[in-house]
Parts: sequence; structure tokens; C-alpha cells
Amino acid sequence: MLKLDQLRTEIYSSQGTVVAVDGVTLDIQPGETFALVGESGSGKSVTALSITRLLPDNARVAAGSVLLDGTNLVDLAERDMRRYRGRHIAMIFQEPATSLNPVLTIGRQIIEVVETHTELRGAAARSKAIDWLRRVGIPEPERRIDTYSFQMSGGQKQRVMIAMALATEPEFLIADEPTTALDVTVQKQILDLLLSLQRERGMSILLITHDLGVVAQVADRVGIMYAGELVELGTKDEFFSRPMHPYANGLLGALPDVEKRGHTLEAIPGRAPTLTQAFHGCRFAPRCHAATERCRAEAPALYAQGATHAVRCFGFAPTRPIAIAAVPERVAGAGAHNRREAGEVLLRADKLRVRFPIRSGLMQRITGYVDAVHEVSFELRQGQTLALVGESGSGKTTTGKAILQLLRSSAVVEGSATLKGLELMTANARQLLGARRQMQIIFQDPFGSLNPRMRVGEILEEGILSLLPEVTAVGRAQRIGALLDKVGLPRNCLTRYPHEFSGGQRQRIAIARALAVDPQLIICDEPTSALDVSVQAQILNLLKGLQQELGVAYLFITHNIGVVEYLADHVAVMQGGRIVEAGLSAELLSSPRHAYTQTLLAAVPRARLKAG
Amino acid sequence: MKIVVLWTDWVVFFVLAATLLYAWNVLRTPHLASTWRKAFASPTGSAAATVLAAFVAIGVLDTLHYRRLLSNSTGTAPTYGTETLSLLDHLLRKQQAGKERSYSAPLAYLAYEKEAVTTNGETRRIYPRLINAGTHLQDPARDRAADVITRGLVGAIKGMFVAGLLACLLTWFKSRRNGRGLAAAWSDIRSGRTRMPLRVVLGTVSVLCFLSGTVLALSVEYHVFGTDRVGNDLFYVVMKSLRTALVIGTLSTLVTMPIAVGLGILAGYLGGWIDEVIQYIYTVINSIPYVLLIAATVLILMTFIDNHADLFPTAANRTDARLFFLCVILGMTSWTDLCRLIRGEVIKLREAEYIQAAQAFGVSTWRILSVHLLPNVMHLILISMVISFSGLVLAEAVLSYVGIGVDPAMQSFGTLINTARLELSRKPAIWWTLATAFSFMFTLVLSANIFSDAVRDAFDPRAIHN
Repeated sequence: MLKLDQLRTEIYSSQGTVVAVDGVTLDIQPGETFALVGESGSGKSVTALSITRLLPDNARVAAGSVLLDGTNLVDLAERDMRRYRGRHIAMIFQEPATSLNPVLTIGRQIIEVVETHTELRGAAARSKAIDWLRRVGIPEPERRIDTYSFQMSGGQKQRVMIAMALATEPEFLIADEPTTALDVTVQKQILDLLLSLQRERGMSILLITHDLGVVAQVADRVGIMYAGELVELGTKDEFFSRPMHPYANGLLGALPDVEKRGHTLEAIPGRAPTLTQAFHGCRFAPRCHAATERCRAEAPALYAQGATHAVRCFGFAPTRPIAIAAVPERVAGAGAHNRREAGEVLLRADKLRVRFPIRSGLMQRITGYVDAVHEVSFELRQGQTLALVGESGSGKTTTGKAILQLLRSSAVVEGSATLKGLELMTANARQLLGARRQMQIIFQDPFGSLNPRMRVGEILEEGILSLLPEVTAVGRAQRIGALLDKVGLPRNCLTRYPHEFSGGQRQRIAIARALAVDPQLIICDEPTSALDVSVQAQILNLLKGLQQELGVAYLFITHNIGVVEYLADHVAVMQGGRIVEAGLSAELLSSPRHAYTQTLLAAVPRARLKAG
Repeated sequence: MKIVVLWTDWVVFFVLAATLLYAWNVLRTPHLASTWRKAFASPTGSAAATVLAAFVAIGVLDTLHYRRLLSNSTGTAPTYGTETLSLLDHLLRKQQAGKERSYSAPLAYLAYEKEAVTTNGETRRIYPRLINAGTHLQDPARDRAADVITRGLVGAIKGMFVAGLLACLLTWFKSRRNGRGLAAAWSDIRSGRTRMPLRVVLGTVSVLCFLSGTVLALSVEYHVFGTDRVGNDLFYVVMKSLRTALVIGTLSTLVTMPIAVGLGILAGYLGGWIDEVIQYIYTVINSIPYVLLIAATVLILMTFIDNHADLFPTAANRTDARLFFLCVILGMTSWTDLCRLIRGEVIKLREAEYIQAAQAFGVSTWRILSVHLLPNVMHLILISMVISFSGLVLAEAVLSYVGIGVDPAMQSFGTLINTARLELSRKPAIWWTLATAFSFMFTLVLSANIFSDAVRDAFDPRAIHN
């Protein structure tokens, strides 16, 4: 029903013309879920915006066609296009918080859509809206229809967005990362809802995502995008059982999970190319382990492999196929698990409790407290990794910050946390300065964690200046040079500013900054969740390698179960500020006891086919 | 000759030095250099900057003060004139000296008011000839128009000649720098194919040269903009007013900045009772009508100056001290908006992860404030500095209107407007004082506003740069 033919979308910027989508051809059948997968900048979202013609002002469809039941949407006048949007094609976006207007009730917004696209008016439209809210699983829809979006949780907002999108009964739904901003348990509910509504209504879904786990869970067919091109196309079964393109293989190999424990992940080297350049060879060739001269000289076409599978790689060309070398063997990490018993207790938290005061009234008196962390106890031994797992709001980041003593001025912290026998909660300024040499932190957002006005050299030097004042200028320069080598950054980056680096490189800078004072404990606060899968693998490999080399312990805060399985020795699962279950990661993850852990693990989408 | 450096002169020199230092720093810092280049790359921005630069040049000329040597006989201490002059006074000495008895219209040769003149024992009330304007004309009624046109044209041609010279110089410089021929460089500039909008700058300079050439040529024999009530040439007065306006704009901003930035960052970062106290202070200051506050302080000050005459040897020192303190007072009362702005920004930045990373390193509070927070609110400071400049120039006009502005003896737009307002009701109306003051002040403030717009666009990360 929907057919893209040689779609090419260009974005005009001050750096030149970015060909964000280049020659994408695909078709989506009625009742089918097609997943368009790619990393950031691969052109998957621009493809979706090209279909709905919602591109920004500086972008346009330069060539190709978008056929919906035979009508070319590219040629339609804007007035006619408006009729198509909503009635035939609906769209839901990634961020439910900003997709709804906060000053209108959700009912007003749904009724507006219903009245625009159907004949229903007044009470009939309202009852239709209530009906839709019920169908997307909002409890008490008669009452909730008059509430505002900020009175709802993230999952509920996304349900309302789905209700709005589907209220016009479109044949075709575009879901652009619909669950990326949500917790895994909520993600599962939303995906289940989408699937059941699809079955009920027989509509097609174009699902845009970076998460291969979600793809394995819901898609019928899969298209992999890289640098604006479709590089592999096939049914879900074909793709997961026999991925062909080296990039697709690399993506699957880069996903951390329990089977890859003790191995390094297959990080795809390098980074995605900028799309302002003219390509001559295969776009993936510079990062491909099997690339040959031919790959660099001429561009491969999308070669059909059977009825439904196609791949853009010379390894599968009908004439003169190149040999694709086997992916290099996974290297077993030397002795990563042999010294589990070796270390002493480095960090011990005992009945840690963090409360944030609620202030109100004229004099800002404290009128109550919010419990963020409630009696949390755990131990972390030297050279080991303890993962604090939980969904947003479970108090895992607060626990980390409380241990680092970053909350002294803003929260009430009780209980005890000892680092090598030193009680941190009552430590005075001088003791704390000594303790800070032992523990450091890496943050989630590599764009927010580096001061944009400081050079990389100054950023790395700051910690040494503050905590190791006895080190001379020469010593500092040597240390910084060694740090850059350790995290795999070139030496010449010292005089550059953070914005000149990619996300992965910035995270390397942040890691180098944390390592600058030779800490024994690093608190990693979701260090890879803002990164693409292939870059995440590079960073995880780096963290693991550093642990083996330096014997540093990680308190790893994350919601990503795959990362936990791959990296952690011990796991503590947090819910609502409490640790509900803790233990060795192998045991806990294979046989969870607590009901919440079971729900959490069951909700995690796996990037593989379900057995049977 | 004795060099005199008044208080506000020190300030002007300091600001100039600081600007040069900052410019040098900008050139060495890539991200700052590219941002500033963006500000100057907008055609309106660079045109406004050119006009501003011309005004600043006049202001600086008016800042180099000296007292003339009267006698220097050996054996006795040299004596100096009581009048403090500036380089601008020297350049415009003809216009300064060419005083009339009272009002006269622009380019007039007769006075505005009739006077009783006794010729041949007979007393008649006539419009007397002006003492210093149109004296070279034999039959003014017949010759004046032709004379004005020829003089104006000659001046305009001279001005255009200077502009052409500058264009040649620029082309030569450009061709040297790019290693291309003169013709190629000129065609690049003419068709706007340069990185900076040189064509616009050159156009603005030409217009300025044309206008100033004409005015200067005419001002030798006429009062181009007329004269004021005590017969001063308005052209001279308005040139002198420029410095006053510039000093008020920059010095008040200079006083504002440290208070606003310091208190804003402290309140935002430290929070708690410090935040409460600072918020309390600016809420209180904001709730007092600022005219009242300024009036009270100016009165106290005037009493102080009168009681300590020995501290201020000349009239120039006195008027200058009053200007200086007026700026200080203006600055002390107008820091609240910026302070509030910075406090809000810092509260947002305080939660930034790089600040927390610095805290985790045990970096001292002072260093976090100065190294991490200050550079990250700098764009706010800069934007508000250029915007508040024009506001302060206008504020001076308002204050002088109410009579609490600069010393009445000091030339300023405010005093000009204040004296002009009553005369508007005369018939025929004396429109030229107001018109002159208005058009110069308007040009100054407009170019400052346009330039600040360009700066804000360049520094605002949310602005779209296509």
C-alpha cells in the first residue's frame, strides 16, 4: 500500500547539502509492521518525515516518489496533503512529554482531531474520544479526558498520543522511536498495545527505531539504514537468523548480553560518515572488516537474495562476489572472572537513606520530605563491578550522588557509606578531599558533562590540580598524555574544545577525566545510554579493559539489562528507592526471585528470535 | 600645555584598553573569534558598528584634555588657562569661538530676534547680522544660496575623495592579503564576495564622509545646525554631547556589571540564605522609583562638591565629577535585571553535569564560580551590556529633562532637549535645537541597538544560522 521509490531527501545547511536519505526503495503491505533500523544520523527519521511531508524548512524531497495507494504524496499540494495526514497517515513521536500541548486538556486535543477528520461533532466526538482512551488502556477514561498532560505519567502520555493518532482510523501509522523515552516495563505495554490495535484494525505500521530488541519483538520485516541508504532488507526471521551485511552483523555483535561475557564486544571501528560528501565506493567500506579495493572504488547495489531478502554488499553480488572474511574471533578477556574473590571490600553502604526537603510558604520552611532512597545497603569489592539496576525514579542515580557527597547541601542523607574504612557521610573537608582521589564519576550525557568553554587539556588537568597539587606541571603533562593513550584519543586533542568531538569521543574524554586522579572506584551513571550501539560497544570494551588493567571497581548505574549481563559481577535491583533483590549477576539474572525483577527481565526485548 | 586627565578620561582609557585586550583574546580563541565574526558578518550589524566607531572616535578625541599654557617666563611657575580644553575643542576651535548673542537658525546670517541697533544716531529694531556667520557675504540675501551650495559641494567632494582614498587602501590591503590582483580584489569587494560585508562598511564610510565633508565645509562660515540660547554653535555642542552620551553608556554599564554578575552568580550557585539576601536587596531596590533615588543622591553629591571646592580645581573637574557620580548612581540602580537573569541561568547551570564533575573533584567554590560558571554566562553579560548601553543614553536624556542629570554647564543630549522643549512653543518655533539633538541621539542609539541585535544573534545558541 505504501511504496517508496528511489526517495532522496536533501537538507541544506551552512556546511553544504546533506543527502540524508539517498535512493531508498521499499514497500509496506497492509497489516504489516515494517521496522526501519539505524543509528543516529542514518536518515531513518528523515525518511518518515519525507513520507508525511513534515520536513524542516531547509529540507526537501529532491527525487523519487512516495506512493500511497497509487497517489504520489510528493506531488500533492499542501492543502491536499493535509487531508492525507491524520486521515490516512498518522504519526507518533519519541517524546510524549512534548508531543501534547500542556495548556489544553487531552480531551480537547483528541476531540479536535476527531472533528477535523470525521463527521462526528460535539457529544458524539467526545464519546468517540472516551472510547479511544479506553481502548488504549487509560483507566477511568470518562474522568481522565478532562485532565491535562502533565497530570499523567510518561507511558500514559504515549497512550494518549496513540489514541490521538488512531482516532481518525488511519490505514498507516508511523511510529518514530515510540518507546525510546520510556522504561522497559512501560515499553513492553506500549508495544503490546500497538500490536493488538494493529491486529484489530489491520493497519500498517512503519516503526522507526535504533533498538534491535524492539525489532525482534514486533516487526514483520526489517530494513537496516546506514548513511542514508538501505543496506539490508528482509523478513524478521531472515534477518535475525542470517544477517548478511557486515554492518548488520556488526550491530548484532555489538549488543552486550550474557553470552558475550568475558569477550570483547565487536565494536564497529570508526564513526558514521558525514553525509555532505560525494560517495564513490560502499559507504560502509571504511569501517568494514572485509572491505576490498572494489568496495572502495564502486558502489554496490541492493542485491536480491531470494524473494524477500536483499543486501547492499559485494559479498552477495550475482557476479564476481567478494569473499567476506569471517568476523574476527571474539577474544576472551584474560582472566576477567578469575579474580572475583581477590579484592577487599572497597565501598560499603549501610542503610543509606536520602530525603529531599519540600519547601513551601513565604519563608521557604521545610514542610516535608520526599524519600528518594530508602535504607539501601550493599558492598563493592576492589576490581569488581556492581550494577544498580532500576527504572527511572528508582533512586539509583541519587544513591550514586549521595555516596560521592554531591548532595550534602540539597538533601538529608542518613545511614553510612564507607570507602576503605573512611566514613564518607561525616568526613570533614580534608578527609573528603582525600576520599575524592579514590572515587570519581562518569555521567550519562557526554554533551552536558564537559564544560563547553574549556579545552580538553584544561578539563583533564582540573582534577589533578585540585586533588594532587603536589604533581608538577611536567608530571601533569605526562599523566595527561598517558591518559589519552589509555582511552584511545589522539594526543593533539588537548587544545581542542569538547564540541569538536563526537559523542563517543566525548565519553572517552569523560572517562579520562575520571581516571586522572587514579581512583579505585568509578561511579558510572548510565555512561552508554546516550550513545549508539556500535559506539556503546567501544565504550564498554574500554571500561572493561581499564578494569582489567587498573583493577578499578565500578558502581554501574543503568537500566540496560544487556549491559548488566555483559559487565556486572553483582547486581542490585532497585525499585521505589529500595533494593528489592541483590546477588551475583549470573544467578540473579537467570533465576530472579522477586516479582519485580521477574517483570523487569521479562519486559526486556531481546535482539534474537524467540525460541520455537 | 598641561595634560589633564579627568576621572571619566581614566575610565575611557581603561575601557579602550580593556576592549583591545578582549579583542586580542578573541582573536586567539577560535570559538569566540567565529562567534564575533558572525556578529560582524551581518550587513546591518557591521554598518551599525561603523557608525558607532565613528562616534567613538569623536568621543575619544574629546577625551584627550589639556590646559593651555598662558605664560612661561623663567623663574616663575608657569601659569595655565583655567579652561580645560580637549583635542576636539582644538579641532573645532573656529566653531567654539564663533559665538552669537542668542538663537539663530541653521545656515542663517541674521539673528532670530530683533534688536535695537543705532545707526547714524537713529535707533531701529531690526534683525542684526550675525557676528560669526555669513560675514564674508557682500549681499547675503542674494549670494547666500549660491555660496551655501558651492561650499557644500566642495566639502562633499572632499569627503568623497577621502572615502575613495579609503576604498583604494582597503582594496590594496585585500589584494596583498589574498595575493590577488588589485582589480580582482576590487571586484570582490564591489560584488559582495568577501567574507566580511566590506561593501556595506565601505558604503557606510562613504555616506559618513559625504555628510561630514559637507557639514565641516559649511561650518567654517555658517552655523550649520544653528545656535542655542546663549549663542553656542549647535554643531560644536552636539559633537561634545557625543562623549557625554558614550561615557554615560559605558561607565554606567561598567558599574553595573560586577555587581550584577557577582551577586547573580553567588545567589544562583550558593542558594540558601545568601540567595535570600540578594533577592531581598534587588527586590527592594526595584521597588523604589529610580528617579527618586537618583535625585536624592545627586543632591547629596552637589552639596559635597560645593563643600569641597579645593578638590575640584577647575569647572571642568566639577562637571566631570558630577558626570562620573551620575554614572555610578545609574549603574548602582540598574543592575537588578541582569542580576536576576544571571541568577536564573546559574541555577540552571548548577545542575549541569560538568559542574557536578568539578564538585566530585573537590574543586574550590571560587574556581567553580570563576572558571566554570562565569564563562558560561558571559554571552548573557555581553548581550545585556550592548543592549543596556542605549537604554542608559536615553536615561540621561530623561534625567536631564527632570533637572537631575549632568551639570547644566556640560553639553549633553539631555540638557539640549531640556532647553529646547520650552522654545518649541515660540512662533516661529525654534525647532533646530531639538531636531539636531534628536537626530544625533537617534543615530547613536539606533546603531547601538542594531549592533546589539547582531551580537545577540551571534551569541544566542538558539538562533538559526542558515
